[in-house]
Amino acid sequence: MRYEVVIGLEIHAELSTRSKAFCSCSTTFGAEPNTQCCPVCIGMPGVLPVMNKKALEYTIKAGLALNCNIAKYTKWDRKNYFYPDLPRACQISQYDMPVCQNGYLDIVVDDQVRRIGINRIHLEEDAGKLLHDPYMDHTLVDLNRSGVPLIEIVTEPDLRSAEEARIFLENLKTILQYIDVSDCKMQEGSLRCDVNVSVRPEGQEEFGERTEMKNLNSFRAVYRAIEYEASRQISILEEGGKVLRETRRWDDGVGRSFAMRTKEQAQDYRYFPESDLPPVEIEDEWIEKIRREIPELPAQRQKRYVEEYGLPEYDAGILTASIDLANYFEKCVEMYQNPKTVSNWLMGDFLRLVNERNIEIADVPVSPENLVNLLRLIDGKVISGPIAKTVFEEMFNTGKDPETIVEQKGLKQISDRDELVEIIKKVIEDNPKSVEDYRKGKKKAMGFLVGQTMKATKGRANPQLVNEILMEQLNK
Amino acid sequence: MTLNDIEYLAETAKFELTPEEKQYFARSIDEVLKFADKLAELNTEGVEPTIYLLGIKNVFREDTVQSSMDRDLLLKNASDVEAGCYRVPKVVE
Amino acid sequence: MESYKLTVHEASDLIKKKKLTSQELTQAAINRIKQVEQDIKAFITLTDESAMEEAEKVDALINQGEDLPGIAGVPFGLEDSICTEGIRTTCASKMLENFVPQYEATVFGKLKAQKGILLGKLNMDEFSLGLTGETSYFLKTRNPWDVNQDIGGFCIGAAAAVAADEVFYSLAVDMGGSLRRSAALCGAVGLKPSYGMVSRYGVILSASSLAQIGIIAKDVRDCGMILQIISGHDEKDPMTVRTDLNGTIPASEPSIKGMRIGIPREYLDDRLNSDVAEAIKKALKVFQDLGACVEEITLPSVEYAPAAYSTILSAEASSNLGRYDGIKFGYKAEGFSDLDEMYKKTRSQGFGQQVKLRIMLGNHILSAENCERYYYKALQARTIIKGEFEKAFEKCDIIISPTCSTTGSEFERGTDDFLKAFLTDIYTAPAGVIGLPALTIPCGFDDNGFPIGMQLMGRAFEEGILLKAGLAFEQNTDYHIKRPVINWR
Repeated sequence: MRYEVVIGLEIHAELSTRSKAFCSCSTTFGAEPNTQCCPVCIGMPGVLPVMNKKALEYTIKAGLALNCNIAKYTKWDRKNYFYPDLPRACQISQYDMPVCQNGYLDIVVDDQVRRIGINRIHLEEDAGKLLHDPYMDHTLVDLNRSGVPLIEIVTEPDLRSAEEARIFLENLKTILQYIDVSDCKMQEGSLRCDVNVSVRPEGQEEFGERTEMKNLNSFRAVYRAIEYEASRQISILEEGGKVLRETRRWDDGVGRSFAMRTKEQAQDYRYFPESDLPPVEIEDEWIEKIRREIPELPAQRQKRYVEEYGLPEYDAGILTASIDLANYFEKCVEMYQNPKTVSNWLMGDFLRLVNERNIEIADVPVSPENLVNLLRLIDGKVISGPIAKTVFEEMFNTGKDPETIVEQKGLKQISDRDELVEIIKKVIEDNPKSVEDYRKGKKKAMGFLVGQTMKATKGRANPQLVNEILMEQLNK
Repeated sequence: MTLNDIEYLAETAKFELTPEEKQYFARSIDEVLKFADKLAELNTEGVEPTIYLLGIKNVFREDTVQSSMDRDLLLKNASDVEAGCYRVPKVVE
Repeated sequence: MESYKLTVHEASDLIKKKKLTSQELTQAAINRIKQVEQDIKAFITLTDESAMEEAEKVDALINQGEDLPGIAGVPFGLEDSICTEGIRTTCASKMLENFVPQYEATVFGKLKAQKGILLGKLNMDEFSLGLTGETSYFLKTRNPWDVNQDIGGFCIGAAAAVAADEVFYSLAVDMGGSLRRSAALCGAVGLKPSYGMVSRYGVILSASSLAQIGIIAKDVRDCGMILQIISGHDEKDPMTVRTDLNGTIPASEPSIKGMRIGIPREYLDDRLNSDVAEAIKKALKVFQDLGACVEEITLPSVEYAPAAYSTILSAEASSNLGRYDGIKFGYKAEGFSDLDEMYKKTRSQGFGQQVKLRIMLGNHILSAENCERYYYKALQARTIIKGEFEKAFEKCDIIISPTCSTTGSEFERGTDDFLKAFLTDIYTAPAGVIGLPALTIPCGFDDNGFPIGMQLMGRAFEEGILLKAGLAFEQNTDYHIKRPVINWR
């Protein structure tokens, strides 16, 4: 029998506000433990939360970018449970009145547009962090993250494969970065994902029983967890068994999921309204003001790159997959006439080095101005293409401008005819066998001689001139 | 309130109770719930719940950072501290 | 007259006229505490040393010719739910026995800014869950009128300390009426302001939507003066309104001619002690003689207020008290083998029975299957009760009732019946449930000489009218002047 996999995602994205959701502590990542805390975010008795306006605005912005309806009236609720990372034993969240509802995101899978429903987006606070030392019999609690604003994006069960889920997450991440509400750094935990998976025989109307896997922290883990879980469920059904509704823990190292103890399941969170925080009325005017702050989103931008710059779909897709890369590209083409050349460089050496060094595009030391300067040096035949690659790598390593590097390292192209004639004469002298081969009609020997000339000039010879002079000399 | 009910409530509230306490709480909770059940007499059809006593809405703070509390001061009330962190028994995930 | 017996405005006048120094006044209060505290037991923590230092500073300022505010140099007490930076704040719980806050309540900051002198932290019900201070982990505060040592019952420290002249005024939390009730039984003036009138920041509350910080004082004028200082918007408490009390605090000889007083039919049934009924009747006559008109009104759903109150209280308390887990502050048990055991031992040993009862009740009420039946029903009852009061206030300016159905005479020490009293208290619960201001003032004495209190309720944020009526009453009676004789030893 053939089975269909049904997937729903719950994505937690930390908002990139400067201060926490309900107090003025900083949200900067990586500080010393418990140095970004105050009585409010560690839940001391008697203190009260005050809502960060920006956090709410970011939530609305995310909702608008994902085509949601924005609530006219919204409020906060408490979700009650004990855990050492939750200092008040209750999390401020939203229960029955989320800020955003009924949205969607269109993704392209195998050239087909698929519309994935967004059930809701709500605002809540993050919990602290537990530090486990495997050799100790204690756990340490760092509450720097406690109270950082978080949005939870819940999709409809509209995804049908691990690949679709991966594409959806890539697209979602790009959008959140475009609208600048979250930095989505999975390695820092600012984007986390819960996955619900069920399977059903193809053609069956009702959903199968689903399982949930929480806190997956990479897209790869999401992909693998879905693949594993789908095949696990299918084999259960094939063997005539029943899938249990449960929360499972995905172990990315082992590549398997495990059932969690039943005690941790079926939690009753006893949601009820947070009466210390006044409710919020969101007027149309406010929504429109936020809507105007939303930049051109990736899908529109990709389309524009094809139409305006004549780039292939593929190029446009890669360039717009990151707002930083797209902005970089646009800065370059403002100064430089040939978009395809810029695109080739960005998709080539630029992204290669970004990936190799594992750095953020924003942290690349080469400014758009300097990349354009480099391209102009090539165009002006000051350096050759192969040399340009060396220069770029040096720029990437040192942040220096290309002119300085070319100057300091003596990489200028040799376009002086007389100088090249001397060098080529010597090459001909040193390689009589090849010269003879060439004269006998072995045209391939020509390539060898060009190579020898380049070697002698350390790649700096103007390739066109080298060809020309070699022909002259050999045909004498 | 059965013994089971009390044990479940004690679990959710993180209490360990003696047999006598269980009996006492079962009795007391029943007593209070009996009073609470008086509310059932009220016709509340179509009545909106009043969560907030004030008509106050949209109270916000601006997104500005102010200095946090000095860590030594912050941790002063904690009984078990290590390396600038609160220390708890090993959490098994 | 001994200076500890003065009211705030009397003491303040003398200090300003340099007939009395803050140090003399503070020392007199400290001596008074030494004299009676072993019987009253109002204080959990005394801050007499720092009080004397502060008094010295105030005197220095006055000698420099500075014009200081009305409460400058006059000692006060704070209920131990109000956080005081650097001073232990216990909420009368073992859980917070050694808790020293690193921050302070806004109300305390405001009193300090006006140079008030903190004399100590006062006893209360553990986490305000009780009615008469009996659930305190540390001590039981005796009603100063308890002359025979066997009746009179207990009360919260904030009321006893004022009634026994240990402090000149005090602040305490009022939810369902513990402040008003204790004030009435002790013969003091007590005000629960409107919800949103006074910042709750830094005050340890079990029920966020019910609690308000109130005042206990020796007379209505003091009460109004303190209210003016502690009220107002606080950016740390989003649930505070921007109102200006200026001009609403009554003039020294207010007229209440034409004021409409409503008497709810539901409040005058046979549950009422006959001495109390008689005292209220006499009090109404005083108002009528002053030109007010008294009219019977009806609040049909008021009898549901205690059940609604108890339900909302339990729900909110169960969540607010979750933070006491032994990790960041407060009591932590010893001898646990894992995290779950740490939670359970800590919370079982740190909380008293009433607190545990409320938390488990709250968890029951908020559970998925019971939430509609109890919690949402209580919120709906709140809407209905609110509506009835609003309708009543179309016909009258204030509503008068007894503060309690009984007097101290009926309390025998050691009985466990406060839960029942709590659940049937239709007088003080409504103002808590719907956030109205309510003032209790002394209006007579029963056969055994125990004080009787009368409650005045008003529209939200119309404390001014309550104070006006209270002041007019006080100027034409002398119940508030009589103090208990404390000579038990």
